[in-house]
Amino acid sequence: MTDWQLTLRHAPATSLSMNGTRRFQAAKGQGACRLLMLVAGMAMLAGCVSVNAPDGPIVIELNINIRSEVVYRLANDASETIEDNADIF
Amino acid sequence: MTRLSRKIALGTAAAALAVTGLAGAAWAQRDPAYEAARSSGQVGEKMDGYLGIVGAETAELKRLVNDINIKRRAVYAEKAQAANATLEEYSLTAGCIAISRTTPGEKYQAPDGSWKTRTAAAPERDARCP
Repeated sequence: MTDWQLTLRHAPATSLSMNGTRRFQAAKGQGACRLLMLVAGMAMLAGCVSVNAPDGPIVIELNINIRSEVVYRLANDASETIEDNADIF
Repeated sequence: MTRLSRKIALGTAAAALAVTGLAGAAWAQRDPAYEAARSSGQVGEKMDGYLGIVGAETAELKRLVNDINIKRRAVYAEKAQAANATLEEYSLTAGCIAISRTTPGEKYQAPDGSWKTRTAAAPERDARCP
């Protein structure tokens, strides 16, 4: 950008063709850069979406967030509770 | 201590014993209507630790099941807090145990959600059950 301004200041473009050529050249260089970024971006995107869908149907279990360790820890306590409240169990 | 006061003390102790004994007996037994609904398979133990109605819902069954489930929920909440667990964690655990304690002929909920009749064999339970 600075480069372009310096050039302009040195020799102001009076004819449209001169301006056009310069602009075209600048665009050419930026275009290559943009293309490279686009390719890189697509490559990254391709990496992001490479998660495979499960083969079987997704089964939604009841209280899926409860882990078996917790159930094991509470088992004795719950067993006593049931014995102590035999009228409602 | 005079003879009279000793008699009074003894009487009081006997009365207290009788009252606690009665209360204990009442506490430990299922209501006859609940027992009948269980053994006839009208109600069953669900995976989540609560009772469910198996067949056709009647007002009477609904009342019976709701009444017990409200009481169970209160017990679970209290015990879960004491055990540093969530209500759901505690009730699921209680469900595991309640299902394993069913007697042949009684109904329980299998992991796929269907109602099963308990046989002499072990019941089908959630993979997380101990």
